[in-house]
Amino acid sequence: MSAPTKMPGAVEAVLMPFLNILVALLVSGFVVWSLGEDPFFALSLLIEGAFGYEEAIGYTFYYATNFIFTGLAVSVAFHAGHFNIGGEGQAMLGGLGLTLAVFWLGNTAPLLSVLIAILGAAVFGAGWALIPAWLQAYRGSHIVITTIMFNFIASALLAYLLVGPLQRPGGQMPESSDFPDGVGLMQFHEVLAAFGVNFEQSPLNVSFLIALLAALAVWFMLTRTRFGYEMRVAGKNVHAAAYAGVSVPRVTVIALMMSGALAGMMGLNELLGEQLRLIGNFTLGYGFVGIAVAFMGRNHPLGIVLAAILFGVLYQGGAELAFEMPNITRDLIVVIQGLVILFAGAMPHLLRRPVAGLFARLRVKGAA
Amino acid sequence: MEFLTDILLLSDSTLRIAAPLILAALAGLCAERAGIVDIGLEGKMLAAAFGAASAASITGSPWAGLVSGILVSVLLALLHGYVSISQRGNQIVSGMAINIMVAGLAPTLANAWFSRGGQTPLLPNEARFTEITLPFADLVADVPLLGAVYSDLLSGHSLLTYAAFAAVPLVAWMLYKTRFGLRLRAVGENPEAVDTAGISVTLLRYQAMIIAGVLCGVSGSALSTALGAGFIRDMSAGKGFLALAAMIFGKWKPVPTLLACLLFAFVDALQGRLQGVSLPLIGEIPVQFTIMLPYVLTVIILAGFVGKMEAPKASGIPYEKDR
Repeated sequence: MSAPTKMPGAVEAVLMPFLNILVALLVSGFVVWSLGEDPFFALSLLIEGAFGYEEAIGYTFYYATNFIFTGLAVSVAFHAGHFNIGGEGQAMLGGLGLTLAVFWLGNTAPLLSVLIAILGAAVFGAGWALIPAWLQAYRGSHIVITTIMFNFIASALLAYLLVGPLQRPGGQMPESSDFPDGVGLMQFHEVLAAFGVNFEQSPLNVSFLIALLAALAVWFMLTRTRFGYEMRVAGKNVHAAAYAGVSVPRVTVIALMMSGALAGMMGLNELLGEQLRLIGNFTLGYGFVGIAVAFMGRNHPLGIVLAAILFGVLYQGGAELAFEMPNITRDLIVVIQGLVILFAGAMPHLLRRPVAGLFARLRVKGAA
Repeated sequence: MEFLTDILLLSDSTLRIAAPLILAALAGLCAERAGIVDIGLEGKMLAAAFGAASAASITGSPWAGLVSGILVSVLLALLHGYVSISQRGNQIVSGMAINIMVAGLAPTLANAWFSRGGQTPLLPNEARFTEITLPFADLVADVPLLGAVYSDLLSGHSLLTYAAFAAVPLVAWMLYKTRFGLRLRAVGENPEAVDTAGISVTLLRYQAMIIAGVLCGVSGSALSTALGAGFIRDMSAGKGFLALAAMIFGKWKPVPTLLACLLFAFVDALQGRLQGVSLPLIGEIPVQFTIMLPYVLTVIILAGFVGKMEAPKASGIPYEKDR
């Protein structure tokens, strides 16, 4: 769709996405109001719940870590022109790979176990994306449907393993035994305590830094490498890419596997950072949050980190909100997610005409 | 004799499970034939299931439920239409946004209205579409084979199940025998030609979305007021996506789509029967693996090992008049 008027770059990059998200949040406020609650009071509870005390801040960034991984996963696929909604299943398999690596290596060399576990998460996540990726690249199967199916299959597979071979001996819950002592990622309050700083205990852990490094790596890959360039060309125009000698099927498979690896690494935060065991459905829909995060962050790694933090606020603050307001449950966050995807992802041009018109008028005034 | 009963029972649940799939697949078919990809079938089904269950629960009438289910689904279809047609946005993203939004909104509203942890109250039989006994079913039940087929297999389904099967010839007739259907198919293949003939692409596509919304609304209502007795969280369980796969497998044609839906439903019915049954040689298959069957089948079918599948040419592409 051609824009009526050109707008300054900053308006394109910052103001427009901001306005789209504002509309999504306004509609969410309307939902809160229609549930019989005061949206402004809800907002203040939400912010208080997300930043009010040290533990809350820790949780906010802990959730954000999950969303950085899943958001990057969606965006890498999207740059290659594909919509990977299989983050949920890929994260589950990533968690499985991580767990198998931990139990295989034990705690004789904890650091090595952790490193191999990280690798296991990425490899299993990528592996789970491989079949849908291959089918998309070489058979033209609809990636959205195949990845959704792989989510269901992963969930059933994990359920089977956790009440079967991997279940804690003698246990009743769908969960594995605890990871061996010492195999895990340090939590932030432990790191800070080592420097003599007191910080309330929270599950925020080193994965947050790994997630930031992953964002940096994705940025570098997209903008500074030949493959990233090929990927973006293929994502914009398959025919142009093929004409320029890019093997589009190959790029598709590699991009989607990278995407799966990133989603798989979500397990680092949840399992290696906090739970220290594999639990059924530990992904809790975070794979889907990645879609909203990617669109909100305009598929730019920096934007994704910021959007992930915002969703961290929504999750942590939303938990407190659900506690304070009986009519509001955490499902409301899922509604907000959907609205963000709708306004920032599907209708990015909704406000374009009015805003562009405004700028055109300003320019005329300035010239006169 | 026992074998025959088994077959009859299996076929009976196949028909029952197939009904919502058929309706949703036909909805997807009408949308895609007009050039709009509808990944949001799942969300529309779930929304209709919730709308139908809430209205039926409050009024006590399944018909009020059905109307409300259809209304909700049509509204979402129009929203998807607005994004796809007027905003020329990304149709896949829009469909997914609707799926996620509904997955959150339905339990949120259910919790606020009924305070039952995101479900609606269990519907009494008066508020549901219950099984209908076809005429003479009792009379002919004793006739060997044919009597059993008539009274056990064909009789005893809900009105919505019969409606689903009736919808197939109806949609086929609309698509292939009416002027509207011809235009609808044309707008999915070559919107420029339709536009040149002086027919509004926009209007046709919105009409297709309304038809899709109605079909999907009946499908979702069937889930909560005929097959089930109330709304439960995530009760569509991927059926909207299975329906899309069935539509692709059925090559965007009504009758082959019906057959594909029956295949999916059969596999689903079979997995239900396999649970806890010990098979010769294999032994008992863990329930988690039987649950996977329909999903695995979908992937295999989409892998295209069953023939070439060609979507309507303009499907998924927004139409720009001023080119």
